[in-house]
Amino acid sequence: MEITERSLWTLIHGMGFGALYLLACAGALVELYRRYAPGDERSVTARDEVFLRTYLMVMAVLAWLAVLSGAYIIYPWYRAAAPAGTTDLSGFPQKLLMASPRTIGWYSMGMEWKEHVAWLTPISITMAAVVFLHYGREIKNHPSLRSAVLGFTLISFVAAGIAGFFGAMLNKNAPVQGGATITMMQGEK
Amino acid sequence: MSAQSKGNGGGLPNGAGAAAILAAGIGSFALAVLAIAADKVAAIKSLMIFWKPTGPLSGVTTCTIVVWLAAWLVLDRSWTKRDVALARVSTVALTLLMLGLLLTFPPIADLL
Repeated sequence: MEITERSLWTLIHGMGFGALYLLACAGALVELYRRYAPGDERSVTARDEVFLRTYLMVMAVLAWLAVLSGAYIIYPWYRAAAPAGTTDLSGFPQKLLMASPRTIGWYSMGMEWKEHVAWLTPISITMAAVVFLHYGREIKNHPSLRSAVLGFTLISFVAAGIAGFFGAMLNKNAPVQGGATITMMQGEK
Repeated sequence: MSAQSKGNGGGLPNGAGAAAILAAGIGSFALAVLAIAADKVAAIKSLMIFWKPTGPLSGVTTCTIVVWLAAWLVLDRSWTKRDVALARVSTVALTLLMLGLLLTFPPIADLL
């Protein structure tokens, strides 16, 4: 069982940071919606407050790690220029996608949207984390503030979902691969 | 976004939250505007190449972060100790965020 260095980084970016963010986002939305509703008379304990503060900060870290690893580690491999005369484009994912009318849309629409829309996620969730860090359970007394934080968190979920979907489809059509090979396990014949 | 009287029934004023929300909206919209500008104007595209392996994306996102944080700093300094018309601020911020989301969608950006 082997994996290349570039595939491993793609896995860390997509599954480690991106997918984990999406899972965490669903939890944050439920927590903010149910426990911090203005009319809800059940008390939010200091422990609940610390939990959500930590949870949102971890989400912000995940979101930043996802976009930074995507833009500065994987994207350069994706858009690497193929030397003139190269016929095997498997090491040049962007050029591979552009080479066929069946796949060019993944480049012109998919990657073009993904590479930008993904950045809405860390901006939105960092804001949500900082606002909750500042207000904590008192956010219940500011319904408009809570609604806005919920709105931004929801859009961060949508943006991360778009980026995740196109990331998975791009990697299916033109995988980022190469670099050193890492042997994970020796199989039996 | 007119300022209102200080305090919110003895609680924290909403200004700091409003500043963070509006700055995030501004940052999101700036991302879309910079991405479109770098796509449409060759001079801006080359100007946005801060790091060659990542191309114009490096400049677009770095400038977005600068705009977002600068807006946050300015708004926070003005609003942090007072209450503002939060419903209006939120509406503007969410509109900017939605525009950011829509304008990064290539078929819509190509119409401009």
